[in-house]
Amino acid sequence: MKFKSLALSCAIAALAAPAMAEVKVGMITTLSGGGAGLGIDVRDGFMLAIEQSGRDDIEVVIEDDQRKPDVAVQLADKMVQSEKVDVLTGIIWSNLAMAVVPSVTAQGKFYLSPNAGPSQLAGRGCHQNYFNVAWQNDNLHEGAGAHANAKGYSKTFILAPNYPAGKDALTGYKRFYEGDLTGELYTKLGQTDYAAEIAQIRASGADSVFFFLPGGMGISFLKQFADSGIDLPVVGPAFSFDQGILQAVGDAALGVANTSQWSKDLDNPANAAFVASFEQEYGRLPSLYASQGFDTANLLISAIDKADVSDADGFREALRAAEFDSTRGEFKFGPNHHPIQNIYVREVIREGDVLTNKVLGAALEARGDAYAADCKM
Amino acid sequence: MSAILVIEQLLNGLQSGIMLFLMAAGLTLVFGVMGLINLAHGSLYMVGAFAAAAASAATGSFFLGLVAALIGAAAAGAIIELTVLRRLYARDHLDQVLATFALILIFSEGTRWVFGSFPLFLDIPDLLSGPVTLPGGIQYPLYRLTLILIGLAVAAGLFWLIARTRVGIRIRAGENDREMIAALGVDIDRLYTFVFALGAALAGLAGALVGAIQSVQVGMGEPVLILAFVVIVIGGIGSIKGALIGALLVGLTDTLGSIFLPQLFRLFMDPAAASQIGASLASMAIYVLMAAVLIWKPTGLFGAKA
Amino acid sequence: MTRESYVNLACLAGLILIPLWAHVSDEPFTITLATRAVILALAALGLNIALGIGGLVSFGHAVFFGIGGYAMGILAHHAQNYTPIAEWPFLIEGTKSMPIIWLLATVVSGIVAFLIGLLSLRTTGVYFIMITLAFGQMLFFFSISWAEYGGEDGLAIYVRNGFPGLNTLVPLQFYGLCLAILLLALAFQWRLAKSPFGLALNAARQVPNRVKAVGLNPFKLQLVAFTISGMITGLAGALFADLNRFVSPTMFSWQLSGEFIVFIIIGGTARLFGPVIGAALFVIIEHVLGGISDYWHIWFGFLLLGIVLFGKGGVIGLLAGGAKAHD
Repeated sequence: MKFKSLALSCAIAALAAPAMAEVKVGMITTLSGGGAGLGIDVRDGFMLAIEQSGRDDIEVVIEDDQRKPDVAVQLADKMVQSEKVDVLTGIIWSNLAMAVVPSVTAQGKFYLSPNAGPSQLAGRGCHQNYFNVAWQNDNLHEGAGAHANAKGYSKTFILAPNYPAGKDALTGYKRFYEGDLTGELYTKLGQTDYAAEIAQIRASGADSVFFFLPGGMGISFLKQFADSGIDLPVVGPAFSFDQGILQAVGDAALGVANTSQWSKDLDNPANAAFVASFEQEYGRLPSLYASQGFDTANLLISAIDKADVSDADGFREALRAAEFDSTRGEFKFGPNHHPIQNIYVREVIREGDVLTNKVLGAALEARGDAYAADCKM
Repeated sequence: MSAILVIEQLLNGLQSGIMLFLMAAGLTLVFGVMGLINLAHGSLYMVGAFAAAAASAATGSFFLGLVAALIGAAAAGAIIELTVLRRLYARDHLDQVLATFALILIFSEGTRWVFGSFPLFLDIPDLLSGPVTLPGGIQYPLYRLTLILIGLAVAAGLFWLIARTRVGIRIRAGENDREMIAALGVDIDRLYTFVFALGAALAGLAGALVGAIQSVQVGMGEPVLILAFVVIVIGGIGSIKGALIGALLVGLTDTLGSIFLPQLFRLFMDPAAASQIGASLASMAIYVLMAAVLIWKPTGLFGAKA
Repeated sequence: MTRESYVNLACLAGLILIPLWAHVSDEPFTITLATRAVILALAALGLNIALGIGGLVSFGHAVFFGIGGYAMGILAHHAQNYTPIAEWPFLIEGTKSMPIIWLLATVVSGIVAFLIGLLSLRTTGVYFIMITLAFGQMLFFFSISWAEYGGEDGLAIYVRNGFPGLNTLVPLQFYGLCLAILLLALAFQWRLAKSPFGLALNAARQVPNRVKAVGLNPFKLQLVAFTISGMITGLAGALFADLNRFVSPTMFSWQLSGEFIVFIIIGGTARLFGPVIGAALFVIIEHVLGGISDYWHIWFGFLLLGIVLFGKGGVIGLLAGGAKAHD
């Protein structure tokens, strides 16, 4: 039973210290199929932090949602009904989060999001037991818009897949971008050939390109764009440039600016220790997903230190205080329990054999999100 | 919208169509000769791409990668034909669908087991990278032009193989009357394995060629598989000519639809809404095309009468 | 009684006893799993009317499942937000009442099944498999980009819809409701297969020409069967959405259409309880194997292969012998 019940508590220690409150965490994440890389990174980052804390009072139950919403809902039911967990976490995709989060928070459980931040859950649908430790979905795109202004771009061509997160991405970009648009395209979800879009970019007379194409879509787009010979600056969110897929994009990604709340070279002690220990433990460089999993676990541990999980109000206050050493440096929660943090611009560089990112500077400082005002908690 | 852009988009449609043909040719041959619906054909496409990525990472040569893709996919095809599929020729389509559905699961997760969960790197060779200028001042990627030429060459080779060679005669005979050619002393088992491996090699070749400009990842074969089925159904199952024409129709519809439908809606709507609605309709366009063709001709454009 | 009857009885006993046992021993998740199995069985049973009796291999039955799901999602979404669905030509309000949702789900699924059948039944064999797949893909892509109802994110419903006299939030009560519907559908299918219509449909699959010769129209028989089939799968979709309190475009995906076929074949094609046993086994395997290994799909794939290659007649065929294989 490899992941069935990854109980980190030693049975004897648990017996010896019965006074210690056990906290049970349910992690629902994507561990099989095409999007498994992200879930594996979140899980590994999370478990690394738990392990480093040396605690024996946290039990983590990990399950694979296969990136299917109905499976995620079913697992959430299982976590709540059978496993009787106190805290849930782990979901990667916004559509799965929308399926799971409202119902588990309504049942009085805490949910800590290590990746997805759909706008509904930040605004009208916010909940006192829902904490987002990653970003609101629009944040990185807003950073990209701000970066475009700083660079003086005035004729951008923007594209994203035709689904809610894609529309949010373009909305987020336009919220900060002040120039004109020479084109706005919605592509098919899962599309792998962008020849038609690239031809339109070439013909549009744009001075820059913003794209949000997560996963394999971004790899395809970047390779094809690089080969098209169009010499325009490209900006995108970090999802297409994270450590996991950068090697698959290859040199086509070199020099591309991308926005992220985290980077492996952010200069703070917590981050340096995280990067070194992650690489030692798993033999690969951490991605932003791993950093988010790591931060989520450390937030949880900081709250457990201060309050008992059965005291919901006290535990919530402890989470809201967010007194932990984030790998991002400064980190605090806004009124809707979403992060207020810097969004950085990074550049893809080559370090020896591997492609990685280098921080250029902050695109947005202490950025909250656009939906906090709608949140009545 | 300039004429240059239109021509460029026609080339794009042609290129995606011709790559679909490589996929569809194997599928339609296997169906025509053995009567087998092979859902795992997309997995062979994926095997080709992964073999090419692994081999070119090891040797540094894209062309050795292509050779590895051909060999790897043909070998994988021959293995599943010998171990699993030949037990299914006499079964009904339902069993074939289920068994090859099972093969997809095994191939996809097996590949993830061996290569990990992250996409692999496969790049086009320096020789073919960058754009070239065509007559009329069209800038077009050299690699995509090469894909069109390779695809056309393979199509010509296939037509020649089927129409002019001894193997081709046997394949055509096998389509018509399996018992008769067995009675004439042709080793039907070997012929079937050969046809299947040939189809698999073509799928693997397509996977490797396309993988260089896309993302080599687990699950890459499934969207292509669905498109290839659309192609062979439009063209008429079992017909190589139908597969070629179907592939070009699908490639052009998909490419041109995704450009012109949003433009069309922009004439009377605001741009953001127009591109959303246009994109929605464009993603349904090929299925509408397929349904329309089947309603008009229930056995596809060049299919034998059912 | 034939051996198959004993297998069916055992299956029926399991459907009743296991959730009761789970209820007594306070294992609510087992009831949730059983509900999932029962609903998936209902969906596959719907398909089995077209596929098992009528021989119509539909690779797009997720269409109806999705329509049923969205019927629930849209009605409940409007009801929970207090917004009308339409104000013109007359006011239509959302609802949280299961019977109304079911009615809409079956009627809309039936209409769509009729239209798809009207177009698709002109084709046969592989072409039929593929044209039904095409309609499935059309609706899949449409639902992804249908921004008003959540697009790819789908629609979350916060509280399960109500049924007069029951508290559907209690897992066992909702299970009982789903089981009752499944049993009604089983009884319906049993009667249907024995009715003149069912016999004619079965004959139209095997020897269409003779059916024509006695003056029946195979096309009409198949169209009716396909419509009924779509209605039942649509009802299952509405229940599935209520189980998860959530609908999304994945309910239209071709993989799901494939899984319905898988249930039928695992259980035994055209066997009354085939879809039930197939769906139950699938849910159990998914739950057990998923806990053992990240790569459980591989083992599931091998298991499926084994069933196809060596287990002709599905699980019921193995248990009860080939007494009544499907031709």
